[in-house]
Amino acid sequence: MKITMRNTILIAVLLIISAAPAFAASEADFTAAYAAAEAANKEAAGLRNQWTTTAATLAAAKKAAESGDFDQAVAQSREAEALAKASIFQATSEKQRWKDLEIR
Amino acid sequence: MRMREAISLVLAALALAFAAPSAIADDTPDPVAEAKAFQKYFTTKFPKLKPEDFVNGPYSMNEDLHRQWEEKEQFPPYEFSLEAGKEMFATPFKNGKTYGDCFPDKGIGIRQNYPYFDEKEGKVVTLELALNRCREANGEAPFSYVKDEMASLTAYMAFTSRGKPFDIKIPNDPRALEAYQKGKEYFYTRRGQLNFSCATCHIQEPGERIRAEVLAPALGILNAMPIYRSEWSGMGTISRRFTTCNSQIRGVPLNPQDEEYRDLEYYLSYVSNGLPISGPGARP
Repeated sequence: MKITMRNTILIAVLLIISAAPAFAASEADFTAAYAAAEAANKEAAGLRNQWTTTAATLAAAKKAAESGDFDQAVAQSREAEALAKASIFQATSEKQRWKDLEIR
Repeated sequence: MRMREAISLVLAALALAFAAPSAIADDTPDPVAEAKAFQKYFTTKFPKLKPEDFVNGPYSMNEDLHRQWEEKEQFPPYEFSLEAGKEMFATPFKNGKTYGDCFPDKGIGIRQNYPYFDEKEGKVVTLELALNRCREANGEAPFSYVKDEMASLTAYMAFTSRGKPFDIKIPNDPRALEAYQKGKEYFYTRRGQLNFSCATCHIQEPGERIRAEVLAPALGILNAMPIYRSEWSGMGTISRRFTTCNSQIRGVPLNPQDEEYRDLEYYLSYVSNGLPISGPGARP
């Protein structure tokens, strides 16, 4: 009986936790995520290989932050960082891979 | 033991000494052989076309388009730009000098020699760049590199060279060879979110459609520049072509006449050596 009671309490607690909204992102979270994305995009610029989609996603992140939607702003910033990192990977790997297609 | 180690070291050093030059040699470009291979790739892929047909871009790849082009050429859409360019070219600057004073042969019939490698500067000089430098040297403001006046001026200069074969030279200067190599690297390098290189469309897929457009072959692709593009509803220069290609594949374009674009133009023009200038052109 005791065990059943304990289980019930545990389940109730878990249900309450899962039903509660996820922690909302703060402005500080956005600032950090945006700075990381911008830094990656700057590195891509140094490699002369920025993507238009990175710039567009950074702009969307900023817009979301300005409207106070920091969850969306953080999500967009992380997306922009992923895009920038992909462009860095592309530029780096292409330093050798471009030769694969060369007509000789 | 020490003796054996010493022998191994000497052998390793010798192996490196012999291997290193051959590795360098493998990467040293051979523009003459490469241009020959480049042209052969296209003439083999499209055996029915004569080499000079390639300068007509997508119109050489598709019979229907070719018929449309023949009709279009009776009243070509670049005509207004060409006329404007002729007038601009002849009109003196405020100081009384003209564009002709900045160029060999007064600027007439010289398009096929551009871009060239300037050994003093150590960089590639394109026709568009030379025109703006001419303006600035004569106290005039430079034009936008992508359209309007620049397109008109280059249209006129190309027209005076029609039929003359591209004659791009690579002087005996390691910097010139490096510029050629960098241009080639840019041409084959994938970029943008769509992960396309210039070669993806213009080497791998000429004659195929990308959405509604027929892709032009890389061979002769600059011979018809500048062009009137229906898609642009106006004229565009080589700079415009390069920057829009970059944005179409979701890459942030560089600035017109940045070194990468100048090197790219140098490479692409060199591998089309021998093919006639056909600019100004019209494209869908």
